[in-house]
Formats: sequence, structure tokens, C-alpha cells
Amino acid sequence: MATAHSKSAARIMIAPAVFVLLVWMLIPLCMTLYFSFADYRPMRGVFDAWIGFDNYIRFFTSSSFLSSLMTTLWMVGSILLITITGGVAMALLLDQPMFGQGVVRILVIAPFFIMPTVSALVWKNMFFNVDNGLFSYAYKFLGLQPFDFLSQAPLFSIVVIVAWQWLPFATLILLTAVQSLDSEQLEAAEMDGAPALSRFRFIILPHLSRAITVVILIQTIFLLSIFAEIFVTTNGAFGTRTLTYLVYQRVLESQNVGLGSAGGIVAVILANIVAIFLMRIVGKNLDN
Amino acid sequence: MSRAITPQKKIMWTAFAWAFGLLMFFPILWTFLTSFKTEAVAIADPPVWLFFDWTLENYADVQARSNYPKALMNSIAIAVGSTFLGILIAVPAAWAMAFVPGNRTKDVLLWMLSTKMLPAVGVLYPLVLLAKWLGVMDSRILLIVVLMLINLPIIVWMLYTYFREIPGEILEAARMDGAGLKAEILYVLTPMALPGIASTVLLNIILAWNEAFWTILLTTVDAAPLTAFIASFSAPEGLFYAKLSAASMLAVAPILIMGWFSQKQLVRGLTFGAVK
Repeated sequence: MATAHSKSAARIMIAPAVFVLLVWMLIPLCMTLYFSFADYRPMRGVFDAWIGFDNYIRFFTSSSFLSSLMTTLWMVGSILLITITGGVAMALLLDQPMFGQGVVRILVIAPFFIMPTVSALVWKNMFFNVDNGLFSYAYKFLGLQPFDFLSQAPLFSIVVIVAWQWLPFATLILLTAVQSLDSEQLEAAEMDGAPALSRFRFIILPHLSRAITVVILIQTIFLLSIFAEIFVTTNGAFGTRTLTYLVYQRVLESQNVGLGSAGGIVAVILANIVAIFLMRIVGKNLDN
Repeated sequence: MSRAITPQKKIMWTAFAWAFGLLMFFPILWTFLTSFKTEAVAIADPPVWLFFDWTLENYADVQARSNYPKALMNSIAIAVGSTFLGILIAVPAAWAMAFVPGNRTKDVLLWMLSTKMLPAVGVLYPLVLLAKWLGVMDSRILLIVVLMLINLPIIVWMLYTYFREIPGEILEAARMDGAGLKAEILYVLTPMALPGIASTVLLNIILAWNEAFWTILLTTVDAAPLTAFIASFSAPEGLFYAKLSAASMLAVAPILIMGWFSQKQLVRGLTFGAVK
């Protein structure tokens, strides 16, 4: 089927997509790279095209870098932990025989489709708010002192909001994987008297391992760039400043473009390390 | 599972699953209920659940806000525009890769995927600078192009996985029967490709509608879509829970419904075919 003629036609058909993505990748990224070696503060009219690695040194040695890195790790790590364990549990639960399975599935998946600014503001005001939030009423109902979530436990609050948004994603993908499990194998194990826990440990979990890896990688990439949830809740205050948010503040708020760009390059490198692993898995899958 | 299930077990699982489902859904349900309350009822202590005077005044208030209709139109224009522009560029590419695969096809696909993983913040300032330089800051066209670019890899991938499932033999059979290129495309390929294209469109409208990094940072007034409109509620004035709820419901309802229809495509689209 693939003649020389059709091959060149194929090349022409692919060209526009490759071209726009290439432009999109290269031009802004090269500009960021260029700025990262410059002393560039547009508000003060400073532009010195080459100051070597000063920005990188300043970025790495500033206390805000280390704390933002820790915040990022905590945030991404705890969201992953919640969504993966919760997702496996939910997927197994949804796979059980029950009435109204389709409706339950719809209820569980719904949060994923909620606009990030909406979910952040709804949680912030209607649940976490110390005066009028539902959690405060619940605390009062139990005779406890209302707790100001967003200023007392800001990182935890954001983790709750984002985990709520991503748990449906993990559930949906793990459910797809659970449903592809060969039930005869499970039945055989059950007949041989394997208890539920070992059936989970030795049959279900190994079967899910690939899907779990994929969920971890994809979520990590998206979670590394969480923005709106922080923007509308704490605006980066109270130790919720992630690496992404730090770079945003350096670049757009304090308008230190050189320093921010150095941070941006660091973020790109970190994301790429995760991406390489994901691509390996996806690439292997393409072969078969 | 084909084993015999006792009714008690089934009822137990039903109860468990519904409890968790409702727990997950509760914030949306609560927002929905609050959107029909008056502001005073919305913050009543103890909370009022179902028995209050349901009112539509919040929806009227939100609609009356000068910037709501504009934000809605912007959201529609940006989500639909970026998706169709993306489809226009992606269909030929995915088509060629699925039907005339070369030695490099796999590399090109993986490279496209890698562009999706570029952290937005790494290219934030250059984009702002380029947008200002081109005079398109805070314009719909800028957001249409940017969102098209960030979603293009997903569009290509989804279409590719759909197109690959179309058997090549069917084309040969059509050709044997004397179908010309035009007939081949019109009567054989298009009907088989349409469901895949439709699901891709659906998922990408959802993704573009909810995108909240570029839509917030590249707009101020004119092109601000619903994501930015809702974010403007983060500095509240007075009592606003009921209005916030109404605005939120208006922003998420259409997408929620589309999302429920596209559950299956979601898995395919967001895992790049790694989970089937």
C-alpha cells in the first residue's frame, strides 16, 4: 500500500502538525533559555544580555527554592498517595456486583470535569471557611472549636482540593484495568482457598501495576504544574508556594525575568525526567 | 464475574458504593443546592439542606453581571475554536501516520507527546512578550492558538489510536470494487472515522474549557473566559455564597454533561493508549 508516492503525500499531511509544535517548542523555550543567562528586569529597565550562571546560582541558593521544592514534593507526593490508594480501592469497589453501577460511576467521575477555579473556590468558601464553611458547622456540631483550614493547614487544604479532582481520573483508569482482569484466574485462586488479601496481593495488584505506573506518571506531569488551585486559595502564601508558583511570581509579579527564567528551565528539566519514564512505557506499547 | 452472588452481598456492595459515590459528588450537590438559596439561607447555621424557598434570583443576578455573558461567549469561542483548529491540523497527520506508517512514525508520535509535557511556566514570559509584541494580548485568537497547541498532541494521539483500528483491507476492497479516491474518502473512510473524531472533539472541548493557567494569565478583560470570571470571585464582596454557587453551576453544567458522555474516551485520550 505504501508506495513512494503515498509516502511523500503522508509527509505533507504530517508536516503542519510537526511544524506548529516545533515552533511552539523551540521559540519560547529558546527565549527562556536566553533570558535565564541575562539580568532582565523590565520594570526597572535593566537588561544585561549575559551574566553567566548568576541567575541559576541565585535561584538554587535562595531559601525560597528549597522550600518550594519541598512544598512541591509534599504536595505531589501526598496527592499521588491519596489518589492511587483511593483509586485502587474505588476501582475494586465499582467492579463489584451492585445496583445502579452506571450512576455510581457517573457520581464518582464528576469532580474531574469541574473547572479548577470552581472547585478551588467552592472548597475554599463553602467547606474550609472558618465562619461559614460546612466543616466549621460540623466542628461546632461535635462541640469542637472551628478550625481555619486555609491558614492553619493550607498545604493540606490544597491537597484535599486537588486530590478530590484527580481521584476520579485514577479510579477511571484503574477501573478500566481491573475490568480487563481475567476472572477465571481469580476464581481458580478462590477455589484453591486463597484468601481475599493474597488474591489482591498476588493477582490483582500485579495486574494493575502497569496502569498504576501510567497514572503516577501522567498525574505527576499535571500535578507539577498545579496553578489555579493555589492562585485562588492562598496565592502562594503560608508555605504553599510550589516550584511552578515560585517561577510565576518571579516572572510576572516581581518581574525578575532572568531569575524566573532560570527557575523555568529548572522546572522544564525536572518535568523531563518524569516524562522520559512515561515515554518509555508508552513507546513500548506502540510496538505491539 | 460469573460466580453466584448472594443478594445480601449485592446489597452490601450497593450501599458501600453509593455511599462513596455520594461522598465524592457531595461538593457538587451542595453547590447545586446553595445556588437556589438566598444569601442569608446559604450561610444559615445549622446548614439548611432541602427545605427552603427555592429561588432563581442568583442565576438572574449572575446573568445580569455585565461580564458574565461575555465570559461565557469567550469560553465557547476558545474551547470550540481551539478544538476545531486542532482537528484541522491533526486529522491529516493522524491519518497519514495510521495508514502510511514510516520508520519514523513512532518517534514523531513520541516527540509530539513530549511537547505536551513541557511545563507551561517554563515558557510563560516569552509567550507574554510575543503576545504583546504581536498585539494579541488578551484576545480570543491568542487563546485559541495557545490552547490548540497544548492540546494538539492529545488530539493527534487520540485520532491516531482510532484510525489505526480502521482495517486497511476495507480500503483495498473498495478499490477492487472500482471506488475512486473521492468515493473512497466520502463513503468508506469518513463514516468509519467520524465516531473517533467526534469523541476527540468532545474530550478536547472539555480540556480547553477547563484550562486555567493560560486562560487566567493571558487575559484581563476582553478575552477572559469563565475560568477567569470565576477566579474573580476569589476577592469576595459581602455575602456571595449563593451567587458563587450559581455562577459555578453555570460554568460547569454543560461540561459535566459532556464529560459523562466521554468517560471511555477519557481513558484513551489521557493515557495515550497505554491503558485500554
